[in-house]
Amino acid sequence: MTVLLTLAARDLRQAWQSAGLWLPVAFLLLVASLYPFAVGPDAALLRRTGGGMLWIAALLASLLPVDRLVAPDRERGVLDQIALRDIGEEMVVLARLIAHWLGFGPALMIATLPAAALLKLDGATIALLELGLLIGTPALAALGLLVATLTAGLRSSGALSGLLALPLAVPLLIFGAGTLGDGSGAAFKFLGAASLLLVAITPFAGGAAIRAGRE
Amino acid sequence: MSRVGLRLSGVACVRGGRLLFRGVDLAMEPGGSALLKGPNGIGKSSLIRICAGLLRASAGMVERHGRVALTDERLALDMEQPLRAALDFWARLDRATAQALDAALEAMALEPLAQVPVRMLSTGQRKRAALARVIASGAPIWLLDEPGNGLDDAALGLLGDAVAGHLARGGIVVAASHQPLPLVTPVVMAMQDHVAAEEGE
Repeated sequence: MTVLLTLAARDLRQAWQSAGLWLPVAFLLLVASLYPFAVGPDAALLRRTGGGMLWIAALLASLLPVDRLVAPDRERGVLDQIALRDIGEEMVVLARLIAHWLGFGPALMIATLPAAALLKLDGATIALLELGLLIGTPALAALGLLVATLTAGLRSSGALSGLLALPLAVPLLIFGAGTLGDGSGAAFKFLGAASLLLVAITPFAGGAAIRAGRE
Repeated sequence: MSRVGLRLSGVACVRGGRLLFRGVDLAMEPGGSALLKGPNGIGKSSLIRICAGLLRASAGMVERHGRVALTDERLALDMEQPLRAALDFWARLDRATAQALDAALEAMALEPLAQVPVRMLSTGQRKRAALARVIASGAPIWLLDEPGNGLDDAALGLLGDAVAGHLARGGIVVAASHQPLPLVTPVVMAMQDHVAAEEGE
């Protein structure tokens, strides 16, 4: 447990120092402020489509920090030094997942508030959006991290990350944006299921990817 | 340090489809040191990584009893952190005490640099920092890949003292180097003797 906390604290500090924390926030706000320019200032249209658009923005924002999640530590030998201390790669990925979500999930949820105001979303929609993001951002963090472990050490990993992550993110997008228009709560359950699945497999799949990449 | 040892028998290594070496035997007992010698690219670093368990031997057996500390050409310290804080992260993973870390900094004459960010350190200072991590780890088996690179004469002397002290306490040191190192009576292994013959068999 102390090992997990030590690793996660270090990962969070690294994210803070590499200025990776404000990047998704700035991206989300930028997209939200550009969107009305593209579709016009029709308040009704913005209100109807804004929630789904913010989900796409959140998904794309989650891909921004992917290239610094695993690759730099792999190249600088940090992952090897951790492995020497008999700490499993699964633990490394789990700690990184916690740190990555802490650095990106809450910030994205806060940034959603001004972004929603720009799109003239009403209070009920904002509440649904925030609840959906609370359930969905761990999955977005897990997906980004999983792709980062798979592409670490490859050339042009940035472009590959997008290609790998976006198809896998389709269920999150469908159920996440679905929560906005669905009164029954079924979309929330599906979103929760997709999120749990991604969070649960990421430490194992990511750990295996790091081990396989050690050559 | 209960029952420390490192034993390799018939170890071979294939990298990128090429057989680097084979038939490497090495038996290290507490207090023993080995020096791997040979030109660049002959597989010294690969053998060190096999000893560390980071690379699988293509053939042969590797037995390791006791924790391992490794230093190679990669620093693995956080550049923005002050030196002591960067080393403290690893000391905590090693469950090493603050005193052990301070002693390691002293052994590598790094106390004046404890608050300097790692990115400001010179090549030799970084190498000494990596060696300080090995010293602080308390691991009985030290694997040193080119530990003398970038070190000046004074630092080489410090390295020699640290290695001698570690061996006297019953530790094991395996070092790979193309330059002479201040090791006392090591088992010298010339890697050239284990390069696969191109023809014949």
